[in-house]
Amino acid sequence: MVRPTRVTNEIRRLRFANAEMTQAELGDRIGVTRQTIIAIEQGRYSPSLEMAFQIAGVFGVPLDEVFGYVDSEATTS
Amino acid sequence: MSFEEKSTWAYSVIAIALAVIYFALVLGQLPQTAAGDITFQVPLVAAIGATIGLTILAHIVVAIAAPDDAGKRDQRDKDINRYGEYVGGLVLGVAATVPLILALAEADHFWIANTIYLAFILSATAGSIVKIVAYRRGF
Repeated sequence: MVRPTRVTNEIRRLRFANAEMTQAELGDRIGVTRQTIIAIEQGRYSPSLEMAFQIAGVFGVPLDEVFGYVDSEATTS
Repeated sequence: MSFEEKSTWAYSVIAIALAVIYFALVLGQLPQTAAGDITFQVPLVAAIGATIGLTILAHIVVAIAAPDDAGKRDQRDKDINRYGEYVGGLVLGVAATVPLILALAEADHFWIANTIYLAFILSATAGSIVKIVAYRRGF
C-alpha cells in the first residue's frame, strides 16, 4: 500500500470509541464522501486543515489527538 | 468508488474508445486515398459529438445506479480534478505544437484537424490516468 502522506491519524480508533460510528456517518457529518474518509484513514489523502478541524470537532477532541505527523528527517537526525 | 471517480472512468473509456474507432476508420483510408481527399469532417464531428453525448448518458446511468452518491463532490474530488486538469493541460500544450507546426508548414487541413483532435485525446487520457491513479493510489 502506497502512503503518499506522512500525516497519521486515529480516526478508525476514534470512530469505534464513538458508538462505532461508520465512515459514511462521519463523512455525512463533515460533508465529504465515504471514500474520502477511507482515503484519509488509510493515509492516501492528507485532509485540509479545515477538514482536519471538522473531524476533530465531530469526536470532540483536540486536533493532535486525531492527527500526527511523521517527520522522518527529524527522527533520523 | 465515488461518483466523481466513476465519472472519470466513464469519460476516459468513452473518449479513448471513440478516438480509436475514428482513427481506425479515417486513417485506414490513407493507403488507398490521398489525405486531402479523405472526408474526415463528418466522422470527426460525429466522434466529438458522440463523446459528449455518451459521457452525459454515462453520468446519468452512474447517478441512477447509485443515487445517494450522485453529484457528491468534496474537497478531495476537487483537488484530484485540479491535479488531473493541470497534467492534461501540460500534455495539451505540448501536443498542440504539432498542429501549429503543421499549420506553419501549410500542411493539408486533414493533418492539422486530426493532430488537434489527437492532442485533445492525449490530454484527456493523461488527465484521466492521473486522476484515476490519484483516486486509487493516493494523493
